Amino acid sequence: MSGETIAVRVVAAEAITPTIKRLRMVARDGARLPPYSAGSHTVLTMASGERVIRNAYSLLGSTLAGGAYEVAVLRAPRSRGGSAFVHDHVGEGHELTLSVPINLFPLNRRARHHVLVAGGIGITPIGAMADELAKVNASFELHYAVRNEARGAFCGDLAGRYGERVRLYVSERQERLHVHDILMRQPLGTHLYVCGPEGMIGNVLADARALGWPETSLHAERFLAAAGGAPFALRLAKSGVATTVGEDQTLLEAIEAAGIEAPFSCRGGVCGECELPVVSADGEIDHRDHYLSAEEKAAGCKIMPCVSRLRGRELVLDL
Amino acid sequence: MTIPFKTETFRDDFTFSNSEAAIRRFPFPFDRDAYMYAVNIEQHMPGPAKSATEFPIDIDEHYVAEMADRDLVLKADPLRCQSLPHMMTAEWDLLELLMTSMARDYPEHFSLERSGREWHWINRPLGIDQRFTFEDPATLPLSPMEYITRQCQGDFCLLDQRDDNLWMDAGIVTTQADWSLDFDLGMNFIEWHGPVPLAHEIGVFERALKFLLNLQQGRPVRRLNWTMTINPRLDTSPENYHRWGIDRTTVTPDNVGDKVHLRVELQALWRLPRSNAIVFSIRCYLIKMRELVTQPKWARRLHRVLRDLPGELADYKGLTNYRETTVAWLSKYDDGAPTSPGFHPD
Repeated sequence: MSGETIAVRVVAAEAITPTIKRLRMVARDGARLPPYSAGSHTVLTMASGERVIRNAYSLLGSTLAGGAYEVAVLRAPRSRGGSAFVHDHVGEGHELTLSVPINLFPLNRRARHHVLVAGGIGITPIGAMADELAKVNASFELHYAVRNEARGAFCGDLAGRYGERVRLYVSERQERLHVHDILMRQPLGTHLYVCGPEGMIGNVLADARALGWPETSLHAERFLAAAGGAPFALRLAKSGVATTVGEDQTLLEAIEAAGIEAPFSCRGGVCGECELPVVSADGEIDHRDHYLSAEEKAAGCKIMPCVSRLRGRELVLDL
Repeated sequence: MTIPFKTETFRDDFTFSNSEAAIRRFPFPFDRDAYMYAVNIEQHMPGPAKSATEFPIDIDEHYVAEMADRDLVLKADPLRCQSLPHMMTAEWDLLELLMTSMARDYPEHFSLERSGREWHWINRPLGIDQRFTFEDPATLPLSPMEYITRQCQGDFCLLDQRDDNLWMDAGIVTTQADWSLDFDLGMNFIEWHGPVPLAHEIGVFERALKFLLNLQQGRPVRRLNWTMTINPRLDTSPENYHRWGIDRTTVTPDNVGDKVHLRVELQALWRLPRSNAIVFSIRCYLIKMRELVTQPKWARRLHRVLRDLPGELADYKGLTNYRETTVAWLSKYDDGAPTSPGFHPD
């Protein structure tokens, strides 16, 4: 395990929509959980029989004063086990382990105005941002696109709390979020934050760039759901371990399953913590991360095992 | 254990000195007989009992005198303490870190009672008893950062994290080795390290920045840095260069032992929880050559390090004027015997 961890117990588990479950967790030893900043995530470690599952989830709200932690978990349509496990097996009293909060999607505190854009479950970090900005009386607006109100977690809550500052776009009612129009009327010094499906993030950022927004004012949370792929052989040169990376397993999970400690933080291909040196690759490395530069990916000397894998026979890592 | 706080000065008559116990706990920075830059960062884990790293925040016999010196510096130059408006959350984070650490590790000197947001802080050595509301600046006599750092040894900088960089957007800096907060305020990590020679070429700062951007809550790190100072002066700032620069020309073979000091900075970095900022603490330790040579291993090693230091580094650290005289003086304590590995005295 990389970094500090906290042993927690689930004290409330509630289906807030047919596909989203909210978990509320407190420290098992009764200690105060550390405060965190909006945009932070935590990595949940769950034991499913023999298998250890680790998934990253954004922390809801922002407990600037410390307190219970809450996450909202969407049942992924093609879950590799994590979200399905939460939905099917995690209830009140269940014991889990969390990483300390890590923030890879922080607010820029020097912004004059904040435009928050969320699609679907992407509301989890965005809602925390609204919470924190409201607390410090910062200027913001929140645009939240959902399929229908029943599926949009927190729709009622947000409208109640932030009133005029929240706009809801329900696609079943033919309401469309026109980001271009929203960005057109923003003052200089505005920062944009977007979290949602990959396609939505791409469109929002493209609109902003077309309007000449500087890269440093654009912020996106693009956790990749670590997806599987064809199995391949793995050899760890230093540890002398040989194993197989299964089709539903990530490279990092296979390393952990072999009993080897490897560093990690976000498990979503963005933070860079799990970077490993490649000794040799019999096949083509399938880089899926947002961390390595194009040149680094082409060179093939490094891999981010939390999301990337090999299309080929055998990968040898310097671990 | 009660610390016997000393009455001493770091200016004018320079009465500062280290007790025998303080010499033994001095954080000697060389683990071998040569020195070159490296990303020498390690976890800020508790060190051995009575060492400078036993606790995350080290309070020692110089505490009361150092706080009095800080007050003099701030009275003469209020710009040594500055904070940009977006750093208020980080200031509260820092106050919490320092108060909780000091009260936990030195309960005979400091205590903190918390009832929700209502806090009660007692600092016995400085005679302070303060009730206040956490996150309500109107309830403290000074801003949270200035309030608590006037009661804690070491300089502190608050680094905001944005654009994949760290920005020095707040700090209190009164015991510095010739750098200026007023000059560096608002700069990013690469900018404020601009003047350092050699290290850029070997990629030290890019690697260190990448590492720090991923620094986690609850996992602070530390490193040691060093230079030398003539007379035990804490405030060797560019602002006051006209007062201390000339001291470098006053070293003679007869006064090396008392005038020349090894200056070590125990630098630590913590991720702060509410602000996602990083606090960079720079705690200065001074030791006279006469005190240092009471430990034969340190005497041999410092002699070799100073003798063999690359010229660019000696210039950057400002040692050039008195290096030769100091090396000659230290050579009397170096019989050429091998030194054992590690920092600690034999």
